[in-house]
Amino acid sequence: MLRFAPALAIAILALPVIGGLAGTVLPAFGYLPALGGDSLSLEPFGEVLAQPGLARSCAIALAAGVVTAAVSVGLVALFIGGWSQTRPFRVIQSLVSPLLAVPHAAAAFGLAFMIAPSGFLARLFSPWATGWTRPPDWLIVHDSLGLSLMAGLIVKEVPFLLLIALAALPQVPLASASRLSASLGYGRVAGFLFTTWPAIYRQIRLAVFAVIAFASSAVDVAVILGPTTPAALPVRLVEWMNDPDLSSRFMASSGAVLQLGVTLAALVIWLGLEKLCGMAMRRLAGRGRRYKADMAPRLVAIVAMGLTTLIVFGGLAVLALWSISGLWQFPNVLPASLSLRGWSQTLPRIGDPLVTTITVGLAATLLSAAIVIASLERERETGRSGGNRALFFLYLPLLVPQAGFVFGLKLFLTHGGVGATWTALVLVHMVFVLPYVFLSLSAPWRAFDRRFEAIAAGLGKGRRTTFLAIRLPILARAVLTAMAVGFAVSVGQYLPTLLIGAGRLVTITTEAVALGAGGNRRVIGIYAFLQMLLPFLGFALAAIVPALLFRNRRAMKVA
Amino acid sequence: MPDETHAGLRLDAVRILLDGRELLAVDSHVRPGETLTVMGPSGSGKSTLLAYIGGFLDPVFQSSGRVLCGGRDIIALPAQERHAGILFQDALLFPHMSVGGNLVFALPDSVKGKAARRARAEAALADVGLEDFFDRDPDTLSGGQKARVALARVLLAEPNFLLLDEPFSKLDMRLRDQIRDLVFERALRSRLPVILVTHDEADAKAAGGTVIEIGTGAP
Repeated sequence: MLRFAPALAIAILALPVIGGLAGTVLPAFGYLPALGGDSLSLEPFGEVLAQPGLARSCAIALAAGVVTAAVSVGLVALFIGGWSQTRPFRVIQSLVSPLLAVPHAAAAFGLAFMIAPSGFLARLFSPWATGWTRPPDWLIVHDSLGLSLMAGLIVKEVPFLLLIALAALPQVPLASASRLSASLGYGRVAGFLFTTWPAIYRQIRLAVFAVIAFASSAVDVAVILGPTTPAALPVRLVEWMNDPDLSSRFMASSGAVLQLGVTLAALVIWLGLEKLCGMAMRRLAGRGRRYKADMAPRLVAIVAMGLTTLIVFGGLAVLALWSISGLWQFPNVLPASLSLRGWSQTLPRIGDPLVTTITVGLAATLLSAAIVIASLERERETGRSGGNRALFFLYLPLLVPQAGFVFGLKLFLTHGGVGATWTALVLVHMVFVLPYVFLSLSAPWRAFDRRFEAIAAGLGKGRRTTFLAIRLPILARAVLTAMAVGFAVSVGQYLPTLLIGAGRLVTITTEAVALGAGGNRRVIGIYAFLQMLLPFLGFALAAIVPALLFRNRRAMKVA
Repeated sequence: MPDETHAGLRLDAVRILLDGRELLAVDSHVRPGETLTVMGPSGSGKSTLLAYIGGFLDPVFQSSGRVLCGGRDIIALPAQERHAGILFQDALLFPHMSVGGNLVFALPDSVKGKAARRARAEAALADVGLEDFFDRDPDTLSGGQKARVALARVLLAEPNFLLLDEPFSKLDMRLRDQIRDLVFERALRSRLPVILVTHDEADAKAAGGTVIEIGTGAP
């Protein structure tokens, strides 16, 4: 059984991507026999290119990808370089980590509720500082340059990249390198960037590519925060995909191929930037200047880091408050009264999406965890880790824009007569859940002290007993945490749920984004609150269950 | 009376290779109650020999030869059927079980009944001077107490032989002599063949048996 686990994992990761890409690319060139397209043509592309404002839509998507990655990577580098091994670093690190679990859509709503003209920040300073008694007529959210879109992406990608970089830190001699560069007279940040950062960056590079792919093609964040006239390419793509006119599927497919091109262009630009930065760093390092006065960039890094955390957490708190607010007029900082009317009106309709969210999330997470554990056990037995090849497959679903292959999958499913089934949704969620479960479980699994198993074998215990009685309980916390990560990823899935669910299977996340357009803050507050509550419950369980199971075992507590 | 030529643990022309290069070669017979001490610098493959005998040699190594336990070749057997009692540098008590849980886990399943199993574990604890430790959290024990529990755990499983991987090196001086005497005394009492890997001359002296050195002839 174990022998087939790695192959099964690769199949779950690669087949949907490859099949989905084929299912997208063929209709893009007019080939979709089910709809009468049986010859190749460039007509669908002509249709897409004729759409008004298309160049601008593409430019926004492209910029969102490159700018989000550049700002996030820069911030993470400066923050680690300027503050690692200090108290503020540990404080911010522990605050930022939970942000990873917040779905993109919820974080975007939180940000919108903070920075909108009628949002919490404006209220905080009105009217005493600004003189506003009515919200100013400014376009902050949905701004035409996509700045709030990028901000919404950055606040989610910074925690992601920070955690990936922190995971890479133990393989880098950070402390000794920083002592060495300091003894040569280099400033803290410069010493770090010159000596240690290149090695860290090499290890997080795939994750950075995943950030670019996601940011350039994210739909939910762009719907909530992005420009509207014209909208970013991913948003318009979904409109075409959901067009009830079947013939527009050809155009939607070529739009998806265009999206693949935009993401690829963003990646190519990034490769160029990598080259430039590498060259610049080598030149600066060769010059021998010490850059000792680096307090300014250090302050920028920690303030930006703190603001990121504060704004998202603040925004989430404001969301929760809106969900139970009565009358809350501008410019009051707090609502005049609290009321559960929003909840009592929404609850009757929330049952189905809630059940779908939880059951799909649990099924995708449990199956993924089982496959990941079996693959890791197989790796342990054979002593062979898949190495770079395995890493490539893990990142594959994260590197190809979702719109590029999920739409093709949807076409396969609908024209193959499968349609919007619960099973199909679980399988598609697994494509995105499995990589995260693997990435968070592999390190603790490999770090397990094998001598425990040697002792158990010497005591006459077989493989199964040793696994169930020794390895699994000792790693219970790591397994449950990895599952909580996987569940959070499933809860946050927007586009795959929207396309595969096809309106018949809706989750809290698809409902939240759909209702976002309505602008009813109480309803948005309720859905966004549930969106962050579910992942939070997952992580709470992952912390509480081992704490209860092993309550009298000091060595089982988190270090 | 068992056949003396078969009793104990016999390493018959054992060779372990890494990438075709010979790491070590041993040919020796350890009789019940005797100790074979293997000495060598770190990196010489001392622990690899124990992994080979215990049945968890990393697949990167190649090996040849036979290991006979009571006349029976055990190299083809999976680790759990070799019944090797292993003590490492660290006590490695299972951290999620109580002290008693560790011992009950080690007890063969031929001992039936919860009360009977607990009684056996309590007796084993008393035997190493740790009465009333059954319900304790292993992490709250001192280094010497942990070493005693680890020894009791190994003996409860009724092993065919003992493999000791520098088990005293992390204990402080005074404790080291005490635990060392205890381990060798119990091994002798149970008539177990022992293979001890160490770089401490005092260990070798206390063990009293044959001493072989490996890894010293390497260029």
